[in-house]
Amino acid sequence: MDPAKLPGFLAQRLVKAAIVVLAIVVCNFFLIHAAPGDPASVIAGQSGAADERFLQQLRTQFGLDQPLHVQLWIYVKGVLTLDLGFSHRQQMPVSTLIMDRLPATLLLTGAAFAFAITLGITLGTLAARRVGTWADSVITVLALTFYATPLFWVGLMLVLFFSVWLEWLPSFGMMSVGANLAGLALVLDVAKHLLLPALTLGLFYMAVYARLTRATMLEVADQDFVKTARAKGVPEGQVVRRHVLRNALLPVITFAGIQAGQLIGGSILVETVFAWPGIGRLAFEALLARDYPVLMGVFFATSVMVVLFNLLTDLLYAVVDPRVEVA
Amino acid sequence: MAFLKSFARNKGAVVGVVVLALVFVVAALADVIFPGTPWDMVAAPFMPPGEMDMLLGSDSLGRDVAAGIAHGARISLLVGAVSTVVALALGVSLGALAGYVGGVVDDLVMRFTEFFQTIPSFVLAILLVAIFTPTISSVVFAIAVVSWPPVARVVRAEFLSLRSREFVQAAEVLGKSRLSIVVGDILPNALSPIIVLSSLMVANAILLESALSFLGLGDPNLMTWGFLIGSGRSVIRLAWWMSVFPGVAIFLTVLALNLVGEGLSDALNPRLAGRRT
Amino acid sequence: MSLLRVEGLTVALPPGGDRPHAVEGIDLTVDPGEIVCVVGESGSGKSITANAVMGLLPKTLPRKAGRIWLGETELTAQSPEQLRALRGSRMAMIFQEPMTALNPLMRVGDQIAEALSVHGEKRRARDRVPELLAAVNLPDPAAIARAHPFRLSGGQRQRVMIAMALALEPALLIADEPTTALDVTTQMQILRLVREIQSRKGMGVMFITHDFGVVAEIADRVAVMQRGRIVEQGAAAEVLNNPRHDYTRALIAAVPHGAPGEARAAVATETVLEARGVAKTYTRGGWFGARALVKAVHDADFTLKRGETLGLVGESGSGKSTLARCVVDLVRPEAGQMLFHGQDLRPLSRSARKPFRKRIQMVFQDPYASLNPRRRVGEIIAEGPITHGEARERALDRARDLLRLVKLDDGAMDRFPHEFSGGQRQRIGIARALAMEPELLIADEPVSALDVSVQAQVLALLAEIRARLGLTMLFITHDLRVAAQVCDRIAVMQRGAIVEQGRTADVFGNPQHSYTRALLDSIPGRGWTPPTF
Repeated sequence: MDPAKLPGFLAQRLVKAAIVVLAIVVCNFFLIHAAPGDPASVIAGQSGAADERFLQQLRTQFGLDQPLHVQLWIYVKGVLTLDLGFSHRQQMPVSTLIMDRLPATLLLTGAAFAFAITLGITLGTLAARRVGTWADSVITVLALTFYATPLFWVGLMLVLFFSVWLEWLPSFGMMSVGANLAGLALVLDVAKHLLLPALTLGLFYMAVYARLTRATMLEVADQDFVKTARAKGVPEGQVVRRHVLRNALLPVITFAGIQAGQLIGGSILVETVFAWPGIGRLAFEALLARDYPVLMGVFFATSVMVVLFNLLTDLLYAVVDPRVEVA
Repeated sequence: MAFLKSFARNKGAVVGVVVLALVFVVAALADVIFPGTPWDMVAAPFMPPGEMDMLLGSDSLGRDVAAGIAHGARISLLVGAVSTVVALALGVSLGALAGYVGGVVDDLVMRFTEFFQTIPSFVLAILLVAIFTPTISSVVFAIAVVSWPPVARVVRAEFLSLRSREFVQAAEVLGKSRLSIVVGDILPNALSPIIVLSSLMVANAILLESALSFLGLGDPNLMTWGFLIGSGRSVIRLAWWMSVFPGVAIFLTVLALNLVGEGLSDALNPRLAGRRT
Repeated sequence: MSLLRVEGLTVALPPGGDRPHAVEGIDLTVDPGEIVCVVGESGSGKSITANAVMGLLPKTLPRKAGRIWLGETELTAQSPEQLRALRGSRMAMIFQEPMTALNPLMRVGDQIAEALSVHGEKRRARDRVPELLAAVNLPDPAAIARAHPFRLSGGQRQRVMIAMALALEPALLIADEPTTALDVTTQMQILRLVREIQSRKGMGVMFITHDFGVVAEIADRVAVMQRGRIVEQGAAAEVLNNPRHDYTRALIAAVPHGAPGEARAAVATETVLEARGVAKTYTRGGWFGARALVKAVHDADFTLKRGETLGLVGESGSGKSTLARCVVDLVRPEAGQMLFHGQDLRPLSRSARKPFRKRIQMVFQDPYASLNPRRRVGEIIAEGPITHGEARERALDRARDLLRLVKLDDGAMDRFPHEFSGGQRQRIGIARALAMEPELLIADEPVSALDVSVQAQVLALLAEIRARLGLTMLFITHDLRVAAQVCDRIAVMQRGAIVEQGRTADVFGNPQHSYTRALLDSIPGRGWTPPTF
């Protein structure tokens, strides 16, 4: 896109993102009301035998005795001021709980994403360049295998192999307990702990990107402008880099955006398996305790993360593809 | 016939069909091979595979892992199939509506679909099952709710392109009714991608179901593969077989469904044969 | 000494094709400073010959025999790397589809500069790119160089392709149907450009086409190809006016001769269809941002008398198809009246329109898209009458009769569309329309997707049916020669409006509007009258 139009484009996408976030809040609200039983007890995070006075207090606070649209307004206002409710189990505001856990999740998903996209595109390109050879077959089978394996099971198998049998890598947590490390030693320690979870989460998406890259590379390779490049004597390597790969990566960018939500969903499983102290692990703990405010908070927080990530991929796409217009 | 021939040319697809057939047989004969419920204690706890007649070992309460896998196959296939049917019904109707009517309706339906694609589907599924208490129907419902958007998109794209194709315009000019154009002319030509997609959706639904029950969100009365892995997780140092074998079952089933999907895709779109991974 | 010499070239087809070789025993030369047209119908192997010269054959089509020289260099003995170095520098190629032939992500200037830099001329690129763009008559070369391809029209892109091909002043230019995807006026501009550059630089040009008009316009020599072989070769004037081979004769006989058909019986005075003030505007753009309005149809009044054929001619985007679709409600005009026997069709509801559906039918352009691939031919033809309440048995019986009427075997009844060729499918499409026993037939570019010999057959069939059933016809075409042959009257459309209409002989003989004159001037090979046999 024309760089001059970028601010307009950004503004438009921000409005769109805001609408999506608002819709998620509304969605959350209706989920509370769709739940069987008293909404107050859902908000309290306790089913059945809750303190009646406490419930009454919640009803007043959330206006549960008032018409639905008033309740909705109160709820939306709360969320927009970043008040995600209070976890009565943990005796802490939900937003504090989430903010505490966010960095760990960002580290895990970021590492997994970087690993998946780099290796996926590399392998996909390699397979497409050598289509029909043994290298292509190996990559295709590998990608299919990781595509068909449940994430959490891959995690368990890695633990079994690298932690239990080989005893090379730690199987849980984000850093060694009680080691009190600092500086480079801490970084190395975290990296050691990060390796297996990031690999677990990344392998599946690596498979996804490899398959997609291979398919689009083969499709683009058939297009007329690739022939034009060959006809003007462009060397094969440059044909692939400048003409095929650049065009083939557009759908990969789009797909990475669509998949962002899945990646974060997957981190819940991985954090559960590796006891990684992120919001996924928080969600699992909340799940065991039926701590609904925390669950809803996690849903909201992860949704916002995805919306932001989509904004990023939209921008990237607009920069890469000149055809994108402010629609 | 030509379809079967080109399907059979894809070796992977044939392997997929065979594996899938095996899973079906095991699921169908679960009660015969492993009579009684899989929850019964039949051996000493933590028996490794091969000992005490336990083909795949026993779990922490002395239950037969093999029996659990056989009975779990039923639930996996059932949940996979039913949730896919529900998601298809939802996705095809919405996609067809958007693609055929177009205009504002299309805009609204697609914004709605995009919204569902944006929110992290697995988190939503967890939330839904947790709020509506874990039962097999809430699991099916949750999986269907998060799986329909791709169907709607594919169907819409097909309808949009088919709607402007000349044979559909010809049907308009002949004076056919809208319903008969949609059902008689457009839908049959949009079927191949839907069929391919649905085999992949069953695979995804099985993965989702296993993930939910791994987190303890399965129907507490039903033995499932994900539950087996979940219960083996904490004792993986003691009894690796509790986690390994159910995982292999999931892997094989999902792999088989993917292979079948690829075979279908190649057979239904001969032009793309050998292209898709 | 020839510039290009092809000797005994044979290229294999993959097993299972309709013949063992894509091309067989091709002998061909191109001298410096001459344009050689290779002409043939689709599938004749002309493109494969061109790609073989460039060394761009796909792996599935290996060269089996034959040698190719470019000047002193034997191309067929070069390594892939040597061949690559020759491509773009000593021989260059332009393609049929300008819309897809440029990399959508790269600026036009960069793509031309790439042609220079891969041959070690990177430093010259800065000056050469604007020069080259100016040489192909593009306005404001500096701005064009900075633009991405999607900003340019088809004609502009083809000029960019030519500029790119000329970057290193190659000795040989291969043009593979470079004007087929373009409108007539643009086509003429590109043909003139190729001619001009070729004579200025003294290049040899191998020009591939299916259109004898283009041959007459541009060729010095001609090679006619049929099913992978060259059946006739010679000087252009000789082959065009005095063809020897039966196939060449058949092809030339099939060229629409551009003269109005023999005067037909006086047309009745009864008006069948009248368009009054019909307007259709398209809005582009979504909920946000500015909307663009495109006036697809405005000021396009016409009347159609019983038994008459009115031709709507114009280039792509002129609104001729939109106007035709307004008649059958495939497009909803927002204003005006579409009077059928005096009754306005525009406000009718779907059900109120249904009785009129029987009386107005349509034949479509693309024979590959206009038949439902999942239905049998018999069903396709009988479907209309069944929808309107005819008994199934009777409708199928009539379908059989109709197949015979359009000269197809009634064994076709139980087969699927993909088992037929393009021309046969178009016959099926005609039978489907006729099954409704319409009085008005709308033919939307019914022959433009067909090879010239098939085109002639389908046109003859339409003429025969029209005479036999007394049909009134609205005939949409971009091809003026076809229009001249088929239509009693012509309406010329430009940017959504009818700029001129009148009797065919008058419009062609004495055009009033400048656009009509421009169109007529752009008919390729208009100085050539095909011989009759």
